[in-house]
Amino acid sequence: MGKEPVRAPTSILPLRLHDVSFVAGERPIVDRISLVLDAGPRTVILGPNGAGKSVLMRLCHGLLAPTSGRIEWASRERPGERRRQAMVFQRPVMLRRSAIANVEYALGLAGILAVERTRQARDALGSVGLGHLAERSARVLSGGEQQRLALARAWALRPEVLFLDEPTASLDPGASAEVERIVEAIHAAGTKIVMCTHNLGQARRLGDEILFLHQGRLAERAPVDRFFDQPASPEAKAFIKGELPWT
Amino acid sequence: MDLKRRIVLAAALAAAALPLAAQEKFIIVASTTSTEQSGLFGYLLPIFEKETGIKVRVVALGTGQALDLGRRGDADVVFVHDPAAERKFLDEGAGVNYKQVMYNDFVIIGPKSDPARIAGGKDVLAALKKIESAKAPFVSRADKSGTHAAELRYWKAAGVDIDSQKGPWYKETGSGMGPALNTASSMNAYILADRGTWLAFNNRGDLAILVEGDQKLFNQYGIMLVNPAKHPHVKKDLGNAFINWVVSPAGQKAISDYKVGGEQLFFPNYKAG
Amino acid sequence: METILHALRDASRLVAAFDPKLVEIVALSLEVSLTAVVLATALALPLGAAIGVSKFRGRQTVIVVLNASMGLPPVVVGLLVYLLLSRAGPLGEMGLLFTPTAMVIAQTVLILPIIAALTRQAVEDAWREYREQLRSLGAGGWSAALTLVWDIRFSLLTAVLAGLGRAAAEVGAVMIVGGNIDGVTRVMTTAIALETSKGDLALALGLGVILVTLVLVLNAAAYALKEAAQRRYG
Repeated sequence: MGKEPVRAPTSILPLRLHDVSFVAGERPIVDRISLVLDAGPRTVILGPNGAGKSVLMRLCHGLLAPTSGRIEWASRERPGERRRQAMVFQRPVMLRRSAIANVEYALGLAGILAVERTRQARDALGSVGLGHLAERSARVLSGGEQQRLALARAWALRPEVLFLDEPTASLDPGASAEVERIVEAIHAAGTKIVMCTHNLGQARRLGDEILFLHQGRLAERAPVDRFFDQPASPEAKAFIKGELPWT
Repeated sequence: MDLKRRIVLAAALAAAALPLAAQEKFIIVASTTSTEQSGLFGYLLPIFEKETGIKVRVVALGTGQALDLGRRGDADVVFVHDPAAERKFLDEGAGVNYKQVMYNDFVIIGPKSDPARIAGGKDVLAALKKIESAKAPFVSRADKSGTHAAELRYWKAAGVDIDSQKGPWYKETGSGMGPALNTASSMNAYILADRGTWLAFNNRGDLAILVEGDQKLFNQYGIMLVNPAKHPHVKKDLGNAFINWVVSPAGQKAISDYKVGGEQLFFPNYKAG
Repeated sequence: METILHALRDASRLVAAFDPKLVEIVALSLEVSLTAVVLATALALPLGAAIGVSKFRGRQTVIVVLNASMGLPPVVVGLLVYLLLSRAGPLGEMGLLFTPTAMVIAQTVLILPIIAALTRQAVEDAWREYREQLRSLGAGGWSAALTLVWDIRFSLLTAVLAGLGRAAAEVGAVMIVGGNIDGVTRVMTTAIALETSKGDLALALGLGVILVTLVLVLNAAAYALKEAAQRRYG
C-alpha cells in the first residue's frame, strides 16, 4: 500500500480533552484529564492495570460518554456519515461471515458501493497478508489471523485516527510481531496511531510519545526516549522499575 | 431473510389459513357431547349435507355451555337435552322455533362387583338410594350438562339431598360423559350415563349396565334456532332448514336408522303441533 | 403395557394407510401451528431484539413480565381470545370464532412471549460481545441490531422452535377458540383429547405418537442445521 493522503479537507484532529472525568461507582476511573492529541507522533498510553487507559481510549473514540468535562474533535462526525476514526480491540470481534465479507461489511457502513467494496477489501487483506484466507470463515481463523483481519478492516476505512486497545495482549510473540509491523505500516500511510499497552518493550518500539496514566490522572507526558531514560514523575519511575517483562 | 420479507411471507401464510368457507354454506350447531360421541352426528349430518348442500359444524360441549353459546350468539342452532333449561332459554327470548326431536335413555353403569346391590333393578330412584346408603363410589359429571341436570333431579326425587349428603364417595369431575366414564372405569364407580355414549365407549374396564328401562330414565332432546331478533347475523334460513329436516320424516327415519352394534340409540319422537 | 402396544400398532396402521382423516388432521395442525410461528416470529423477533439492545426506564420490569408470560396457561389464552372473538365480544363482527384463523390467533398470542423472551436473552448476550465493535464501525441503532440478529440467526432458530413446540403441543387454546369441529378445526391435540374422552385410548395414544414424532423430527432437523452452521462459521 502506498502513501495515500488521509487528511480529509476538514480533519477531525486535533482532539481536545477538557477536564474529562469518568466515574463509575465511587472512584473516578478517569480523573480530570486535559490533553490535546494531534496528527503526527504515534501516541502510546501507558500505565499499570486499572490506570484508566482503556476507558480513556473509549471516551475519545465515543464508546463512552464522560461524566464531566468536554471531548472535542476539530470537526464533528455526524451519525450516518463515514467514520474517520477506527478502533481495534484486544479481542477481535468478527461476524459469522468470511474474512473478506467482514471487511466488506465495514466498507458498506462507510457508504462504499458494492463493486468497490470487494476491490478495496481484497487490497486490505492483501496488505496484512491474509489474501489467501479471504473466503475462510472469519471466526475459525487463529487469534493472530483474526487480529490482523481486524486491522485490515480498520485500515480499509482509511481512518484519520486508529485507536488500539492492547492489541497484542492475547497473542503469542510471532503474531504480536506481525501486528506491530502492520501498525507501523498504517502509521507510515498517514494515520494517527493511539495505542495503549502495559508492555514496556512494545511502548518503546512503537511509540513516539508516551502518555503515562496513574490512577486515572495523566501523570506524565513526554517523548518516548526522555520518558524511559529520565522519567520525571515518581509514579513513572516506579512503574518502569517494577514492570516485567521487557518484550 | 430481512424483516420486510419476513412480514410479507407471514401475511401471505395467514391469508392462506383463512377459511375458504367464506364461499361455503354452513351453520354452527352447539350440541352436547352425547350426540357427537355416540356417533349420531357422524351418521346424520352427511345425509343432511347431501340433500341440502349445507355443511353443519358441530361444537360439542355440555348442555349448559351449549345454551350459553346460543345466548352469546356464537351458534346458529342449539341441540341439547334438558327440557327445563330449554324452556328457560325460550322464555328468555334467546331461542325460537323450538322442536322436540328424539329421546334416548340413561342407564346406571357400575362395577360388576356391585357393592350397592342394584344390578337388574328397574327403578332408578331405588338404585340411587341404595348407592347413597352404601356410600359406594359414584362419579358425577357436575358440568351443567343435561345428564348432570337429570342426575340431580333423580337424587332429589329419591329423597336424597345430595348437596348435604355427599361425601368422599361422590366424585364430581366437572367433565364430559367420556372423561367421566374413564374416571368411573378406573375407580370402579357407579355412574349415570346416556346409552349412546356408553355403547360407543371403549374403555369399560370392569363396568356394565346395571339398571335400565325405568321410564324416568328417558332423556328428551330439543332443537332451537338462536333468536335472530337478538343476533341478526344468525343464519336463520340455513338454521331453520336444519331444524325442519331433523323433524321431517326423512330426518326422523335417519335418527332411528342409526345403530351401534345392532342397537338403536335414539328414538325420534317429534309430534307436529 | 398392552394399551401402549395397541397404540403403536394403531398408529403405524393409520400412517401406512394414509388415512384421509388423519392426513387432514395432521395437515391442519401443521398449517395452524406453522402459521402461528411465522406470525409470532415476525412480531416477537424485532420486539425481543429491540429490548435486548436498548436501555430504557422500566426495562427490568418489562423483561420480568416477558419471561413470566412464557408460562401463560394455554387455556387462559384460549379463554381471552374467545372473549375477544365471540359475537358478544369486541371483534365478534369478524365471525372468526370456531375457524382455523381463530386458532392461529390464539396460538400466536401464546407463543409470542416465548419467542420474544428467548430472542431477548440471545440478543442481549450477543450484544455484549458485539456492541463496541459495531458502534466503532459506525453501525447505529437499527442497523447494528439487524446485523446482530442475522449473525446469531441459528441461535434464534432455537427460540423459534421452542415456540413451534409449544404451539403444536397445546390443546387448551385451540379447543376453546376452535371448538374441535370435525373436518374444520380438529387438530392432533384436540383429536387426542376427543378420542381419550371416548375411551379410545389406543387411537388417542397412536395420534400422540405421531405428534411427538413430528416434533422430534423438526427438532432434530434444527439441531443438525445448527451444528452444521457452527462448524462452518464458528
